[in-house]
Amino acid sequence: MVGIRTRDLRKIYTSSPPFGAGGFGPPAARDKRKKQPKPEIVALDGLTLDIAPGEVFGLLGPNGAGKSTTVGILTTRVRPTGGSAWIGEHDVWKEQVQVKRLIGVVAQRPNLDFSLTAREILLFHGAYFGLDSQARAVRAESLLDRFKLRDRGEQMVRGFSGGMMQRLSIARAMMHDPQVLFLDEPSAGLDPQTKLLLWEIIREYNQTGKTILLTTHNMEEADALANRLAIIDHGRNIALGTPAELKASVPGGYLLRLRFGQHSPDLLQQLQSLPGVREVRANDQNGADLYSDHGGSLIAGIASLASAAGVELRDVHISEPSLENLFLHHTGRSLRE
Amino acid sequence: MNWKTFFAMLARDVHVARRNFVVLLLQTFLQPLMFVFIFGRVMVRSGYMPEAYKSLLLPGIMAISMVFTGVWAVAMPLIAEFQFTREIEDRLLAPMEISWVAVEKVLAGTLQALIAGLVVIPAAWIILRPGVVVTVHSPLTFACVTLLVALFSACGGLALGCSVNQQHIGLMFSMVLTPMIFFGCTYYPWSALDSFPILQKVVLVNPLVYASEGLRGTLVPHPPIPYLPLPAVLVALTAFDALLLAVGLRQFWGKAVS
Repeated sequence: MVGIRTRDLRKIYTSSPPFGAGGFGPPAARDKRKKQPKPEIVALDGLTLDIAPGEVFGLLGPNGAGKSTTVGILTTRVRPTGGSAWIGEHDVWKEQVQVKRLIGVVAQRPNLDFSLTAREILLFHGAYFGLDSQARAVRAESLLDRFKLRDRGEQMVRGFSGGMMQRLSIARAMMHDPQVLFLDEPSAGLDPQTKLLLWEIIREYNQTGKTILLTTHNMEEADALANRLAIIDHGRNIALGTPAELKASVPGGYLLRLRFGQHSPDLLQQLQSLPGVREVRANDQNGADLYSDHGGSLIAGIASLASAAGVELRDVHISEPSLENLFLHHTGRSLRE
Repeated sequence: MNWKTFFAMLARDVHVARRNFVVLLLQTFLQPLMFVFIFGRVMVRSGYMPEAYKSLLLPGIMAISMVFTGVWAVAMPLIAEFQFTREIEDRLLAPMEISWVAVEKVLAGTLQALIAGLVVIPAAWIILRPGVVVTVHSPLTFACVTLLVALFSACGGLALGCSVNQQHIGLMFSMVLTPMIFFGCTYYPWSALDSFPILQKVVLVNPLVYASEGLRGTLVPHPPIPYLPLPAVLVALTAFDALLLAVGLRQFWGKAVS
């Protein structure tokens, strides 16, 4: 089993970053008086990660947080500006060939070989990794079967739907049975059924002792798959833990969004005193956001306080503890921004 | 060096070329053979061109076909795969040093250019006969020149394919390949430029001049008019091959790693 380590990883792009690795912030402003030929985009700003062998590790963050750059560096495709990265005992930049033998990569955007059929894509990929022809044929057959592509095996991939391409990309990455699998936004744009199939396959693959690093900005996916998560923003690790630990770290965890018939500061004051309530924030118009340790059981208390104050309770929406709330709590921004 | 990976990639390129065989055939030969027909047959028979032109034209057409095939076979997939389809990523992630992916592309392009060159000789000969003289007096020299021309076309394809943006493909043909062909002594021998002394010197920066003249020197060894000396041709082609390969590998590396 093979783990992943990074130490103080930095990446500054001086030309436009590759697809899927947006970097963050505007390019450094150019000052015409000084000689500053290229704008610099900081994509990673000292990222340190320790991913245990056999772990499913999620990198969660908004677009441009540095997720794809991290994957790019760990898969030999992006040269780090500073720091170091290892797959198992191999330095990624210095021992590229050994590293490439250990990893399978699913890029954010399908990059299948359009000149080949689905089966040929798997067979040639196996050949690149030195599998003999019989082993290639057997493995390709079982992967086509597992990814529900058996009847598409002889078709050129040019006409495949996005979901089919994504399935084949993942099948291809698994073709040489890599010890570490990188999945960059694996279920972006997939229908729910395909997404569930992928999750099942990813879990199954992990159960054979393989390490999986997936990036996502979908908290549901991170929640469903990852043993541990790092939340990254602006190229830095801002929180690390199991999904449950991370969610528990948000004060209260539950969010109740309330709407009243009229504005009443006194009522908001009184809500603060309800058991388990951590914070009450007035939101626009006549509503309030109430952060608390629990959700539904508070409603009776809220309703009676409102009726005592002569204010009508018009709407209640309860959000359970979620990574979205966590991200909001750490950065003040929504994951989707 | 991981030869298994290297040959698997070569097998992939051969497989794809075989699948697209008819398209490649039409793309490579239609234009040069029509040119051969009009200039070598129609113009000669109607008396506008001397009979000896047939023998001068054939090696030039061979050079054009080889260069066009090699450049096309290497440059076009690279432009698309690096910039649009990202298909090449699978090969960049194969367990082999990245530069060898480029070397494999060059080898595949060289093979295709060689095939194009060897097929165009009999095809053009059929269209041009009678009256065309093609003889290989020194097979070794012919093989060397042909190989260097094929290699030049594939290395040129690598350098262009890793330098040209997708939106500038048209420009690559009109600004690079077309002038190269017209000022490459393909349709006329270098000595025909005797009356344009400055131009005659300037075209020497064009590698296609050495390709055309080299093939002419080995295929039509008793010329009515002199060609560039063969040793100079061999040295120049070797130098251009090395230069374009070095530039191509550097550009490839820049494209492959961010």
